[in-house]
Amino acid sequence: MTGKTLYDKIWDAHVVHEDTDGTCLLYIDRHLVHEVTSPQAFEGLRMAGRSVRAPDKTIAVPDHNVPTTAGRDNPDQMPEDSRIQVAALDKNARDFGIHYYPVSDIRQGIVHIVGPEQGWTLPGMTVVCGDSHTATHGAFGALAHGIGTSEVEHVLATQTLIQKKSKNMKVEITGKLRPGVTAKDITLSVIGKTGTAGGTGYVIEYCGEAIRDLSMEGRMTVCNMAIEGGARAGLIAPDQKTFDYVNGRPHAPKGAAWEAALNWWKTLYSDDDAHWDMVITIAGEDIEPVVTWGTSPEDVLPISALVPAADDFEGGKVGAAQRSLDYMGLTPGTPLTHIEIDTVFIGSCTNGRIEDLRAAAEVVKGRKIKEGMRAMVVPGSGLVRVQAEEEGLADIFKAAGFEWRLAGCSMCLAMNPDQLQPGERCAATSNRNFEGRQGRGGRTHLMSPAMAAAAAVTGRLTDVRELT
Amino acid sequence: MDKFEKLTGIAAPMPLINVDTDMIIPKQFLKTIKRSGLGVNLFDEMRYDDEGNEIADFVLNKPQYRNAELIVAGDNFGCGSSREHAPWAIKDFGIRCVISTSFADIFYNNCFKNGILPIVLPQEAVDVLMKDAEKGANARMTVDLEAQTVTTSDGESFSFELDPFKKHCLLEGLDDIGLTMEKASAIDSYEAKLGQSMPWL
Repeated sequence: MTGKTLYDKIWDAHVVHEDTDGTCLLYIDRHLVHEVTSPQAFEGLRMAGRSVRAPDKTIAVPDHNVPTTAGRDNPDQMPEDSRIQVAALDKNARDFGIHYYPVSDIRQGIVHIVGPEQGWTLPGMTVVCGDSHTATHGAFGALAHGIGTSEVEHVLATQTLIQKKSKNMKVEITGKLRPGVTAKDITLSVIGKTGTAGGTGYVIEYCGEAIRDLSMEGRMTVCNMAIEGGARAGLIAPDQKTFDYVNGRPHAPKGAAWEAALNWWKTLYSDDDAHWDMVITIAGEDIEPVVTWGTSPEDVLPISALVPAADDFEGGKVGAAQRSLDYMGLTPGTPLTHIEIDTVFIGSCTNGRIEDLRAAAEVVKGRKIKEGMRAMVVPGSGLVRVQAEEEGLADIFKAAGFEWRLAGCSMCLAMNPDQLQPGERCAATSNRNFEGRQGRGGRTHLMSPAMAAAAAVTGRLTDVRELT
Repeated sequence: MDKFEKLTGIAAPMPLINVDTDMIIPKQFLKTIKRSGLGVNLFDEMRYDDEGNEIADFVLNKPQYRNAELIVAGDNFGCGSSREHAPWAIKDFGIRCVISTSFADIFYNNCFKNGILPIVLPQEAVDVLMKDAEKGANARMTVDLEAQTVTTSDGESFSFELDPFKKHCLLEGLDDIGLTMEKASAIDSYEAKLGQSMPWL
């Protein structure tokens, strides 16, 4: 008999019912909820007279709309539509009795940072949220993916999802990373290789020495962007680092339950003889610090490269590349390091954790941001913010000229007041460089926190290795 | 949910790859707590200029496509965020079917929850349908879900694959939650077993 992949094992443990055609009812262990994709789902429950089946497994936090400036506990700080959406989450959380971290709670933050931080996310779980970056939780060896609002309602009502199994893809990053290369460079480089549709129909397991060497924060960055490669989910097998990270968190199991959980978690790896539908191998030493030049996360190049021409591509990508070049205001052949920027955004569920802020602060320490630059650091949660302040990182950022903000999604998708103006160019640690993503007409270059920090200092896209 | 059986209508050609959900419905329109009324903002930043005036050469602003009921698009349509506001906006505009070589996973699933049929066809077939769509309002395409075919205005027909369960739900307009509720006893026994074997969950 063929062995199983990690995905196979988690899947099998969660099948409630399987139809003859392979359609499964999959049990959901954790349901994370935010204010943007849930109001219509709760309304649907009310209209049908349904309740939340497992309120104890459901966790809500407002993150997309919330301002990141001081005084935001005052709802008048928000535009009316945002205020209504946050108020709706507040009411729904209380009416249906689900766990809730309001804006005033120090534990509030981006839902994908709060979940792991509070120990809601555990190995072997199924985790869903009405948000595509739910893939983040795969770093714990949890099967985690985004769902639409109708599915949010389905999970609220039944604690299950109707699913068909995806195929298995292995992405192995062998050997060591070179200095200045981070988890963000890994995940962007993989998407650069596979394209944004390369993972469609698959669940990816990331493995190999370079992945094992990453911290939990780094692993979350890698899995976070699995969705940008089109995959349903990204996974990393849990190991001692995972267990150490989880141990002692508020909602992690304790005592005998911890021992029992650990026994199961230690079986969560892909068997040597497991079947893979696709295997991609990248040598860690071949990965360079990268940035995106276009308007798709697959538009990835090493920082040492030149802006490409549309003719460098084939098929439908020729037109798309030309459209990207026009939108981004770039001339083919320009060295990427000559591209000047106006704004730096450090934060998001991709790179808003403590390790990200440490990496950025290390570059910024003792330096000033370029004159006229708008640069902000938005911690991923209130607890990340507190820790960064205790470690002195906040002082480093402020001394360099960065704005030091409160936690939220912020300029990653610009649903709150943190937005780019038309034509403004941003070095961002977030996950999407789509047209208009950070504000209508805004131009986004994705990169690691260290690279974004370097860009803030020099005022242009910069190879961080020049500054260290 | 609305049933989908057969559709004959105008198809708008969008020969652009990687149309993402931020393009389909930009974030400023996600601040609604309703599902309806988003059609006017479908493709908002491609469709209107900074002053809110229509951009004449955007496909859905052209007179022949203002009443389009289908879209023929490039690869990887609907990539990006999980926002169901994307299919809500498409449906609210009046579009019931999108045809492409591939769709992003979450968008694809979201369509079925809203009575929209996403059809995957090989590049050659999409090329033919794109050309047919470019003929404008007099060229009406027909989609027959039961038969799993798309037929051009010239009568050229293509068969498409579809998951039988998804097809059944769309044809009958079935509500997933209602279907799952019928399996409540299976969920009960799963939870009881879980309480024994993995009490920390």
